[in-house]
Amino acid sequence: MLSFITDRSLLWVGALLYLAGFVTGLIGLTRRQFPGRLRKTLNTLLVIGWLCQWGGLYLRGMDVKGCPLGNTFEIVQFVAWSAMLLYFFVGTAFRVSLLGLFTAGYAGSLAVLSLLIKHWDLVRGQKLFGENPWIEAHAAIAVFSYGVFGLLALTSIMHLLQTWSLKHKKLDGIFWFLPSIVQLDQINFRLILLGVLLLTVSLGVGASWWVRDTNSVHLPKLIVTVGVWFCYLVVLLLRWRGRLVSVRFAWVCLIMFWLALLSLGPVNSNRHGYRPVTYLR
Amino acid sequence: MDPSTPVLFELGASHHTAPLAVREKIALDDARAADLAARLRSTAGIREFAMVNTCNRVELYGVAQDPAVIAAMRETFCAVTGCTLTELDSALTLRQNHDAIAHLFSVASGLDSQIVGETEILGQVKQAYDGALERKWTGPVLNRVFQKTFQAAKHIRTNTAIGAGQISIATVAVDLAGRIFGQLGDTKVLVVGAGEIGLKTVQAFQSRGAKSITVASRTLAKAEEAAAAAGGWAMSLAELPEAVAASDVIASSTSAPGFVLTRDLIAAAMRHRPARPLFLIDLALPRDVDPAAAQMSNVFLYNLDDLAKIAESNLAQREAEVAKCRAIVAERTAQLWPAVAHSLNHQG
Repeated sequence: MLSFITDRSLLWVGALLYLAGFVTGLIGLTRRQFPGRLRKTLNTLLVIGWLCQWGGLYLRGMDVKGCPLGNTFEIVQFVAWSAMLLYFFVGTAFRVSLLGLFTAGYAGSLAVLSLLIKHWDLVRGQKLFGENPWIEAHAAIAVFSYGVFGLLALTSIMHLLQTWSLKHKKLDGIFWFLPSIVQLDQINFRLILLGVLLLTVSLGVGASWWVRDTNSVHLPKLIVTVGVWFCYLVVLLLRWRGRLVSVRFAWVCLIMFWLALLSLGPVNSNRHGYRPVTYLR
Repeated sequence: MDPSTPVLFELGASHHTAPLAVREKIALDDARAADLAARLRSTAGIREFAMVNTCNRVELYGVAQDPAVIAAMRETFCAVTGCTLTELDSALTLRQNHDAIAHLFSVASGLDSQIVGETEILGQVKQAYDGALERKWTGPVLNRVFQKTFQAAKHIRTNTAIGAGQISIATVAVDLAGRIFGQLGDTKVLVVGAGEIGLKTVQAFQSRGAKSITVASRTLAKAEEAAAAAGGWAMSLAELPEAVAASDVIASSTSAPGFVLTRDLIAAAMRHRPARPLFLIDLALPRDVDPAAAQMSNVFLYNLDDLAKIAESNLAQREAEVAKCRAIVAERTAQLWPAVAHSLNHQG
């Protein structure tokens, strides 16, 4: 009876609701105001979208009997889902105006893109994590940390926009709603701290299993994964010591996230016990 | 409407109709307001009334038995204020029923204010109504009209950009500081020069919660005097390098012929606080802050021209919103008027 409710249909609904939220936010911007009613509509769309996406990932997880991180499609969906979850915490805790709009656009674009590129979801590995819940947790936490870094990239863009607007005295339009520089600095620092912590935990869990079987992970994956973690750690330490701040820090966070996304290729190429199966929908 | 039906009216003068000299004459101090209220209460045909009395307007809202009663009220105004009828006739305007409601909506929303979109007027209208309610001057008609007025004003403020953007130099500067620092409670403000504009800027920062204020002047005595007035600390210009490094906002308004805040001085300060932004407000002519400082990372420099341009742009944007606000006023008035008319008919 409810055969139309599939993982992909729910993921589509989630993605479209994110985009609807994005459009709602844009309408607010064109009116140079962001009234409470519009903010409520935006957040309602995002919450329902997020629940739908969660439902889609849950169905996929039930289907594959594990964490749905078996191919690029699932990873990208999970990154978008994580970013939205974080927005609910960060946006509420800091009352960061405009972050909802940015997150909606970012998560909506990622989700729609992954749904449109069919070959990302044609095959997936079976028993990717060797039925080991620790390895599964390692993968999930690692991808979640990418969600954190994604949000950090968004707040870095906001930081760059706010700095540009204040430096060039262009204060209208979208700039009107941007959070303050200090607020964005605080959020960025906390996000990079959280991201590095999560990635450290993930790598710690992964390493504890890797040492038992060092052949289980290919060298390129090992180098890239540790490389991404190390770079983010260095950025965090430089920021903490006040050596990398403001605009330069924001640019580095953006570039780092782009590199982290590129690293998904090598990371994804190496799967423990990888046995691809067709996953046509 | 039937001529015997009671009338909702607004009779008053504002900066639109009366020059300052006339407004001074008709302004109601406490004694005059009490005198006018006593006279109105003893006037047989006045059923309800409330007075909105600000520096820019004296307006009387009320419900009169018939228009003839309102005409007689001009003489009451003359008796209370000591003006002649000729003086008053050119200044006073009378609006009735639907028009009176629309006017009150406009006044409370800041559309009728000298500085379009200002928010103070809504508080003044609320105060006027609370006073009238407490003294039992109002009745069912005015109570309803005022309640709806507050709703309309809130709606307009929330759904239009009529109050967006600051329109004075000092408040624009505070607004910019908010975009750099967010909450200003922990922001350290340094004022260089004890001139009037600098101190006005300090007041604006204090009104937004800034607590740490330091005044630096060439003469310590002047700095101490200004600091005492502002509730802050005083220092001489010799201590400027340390103070710059410790401050978040610096408003400079000295009459020095050269730069007081040089690029080197600011660069040295920023080395101590690379992660913390520095907001420089140059209110002096000739300028106090080296414009090259604006090129530094995390340093934001605004001079008098920059602030004035923002203020002008904000004012223009507010004025562009007026048409949208007027449409809301017309819509809300049309919604309210039938119920008020019904109420007035029942009173008759």
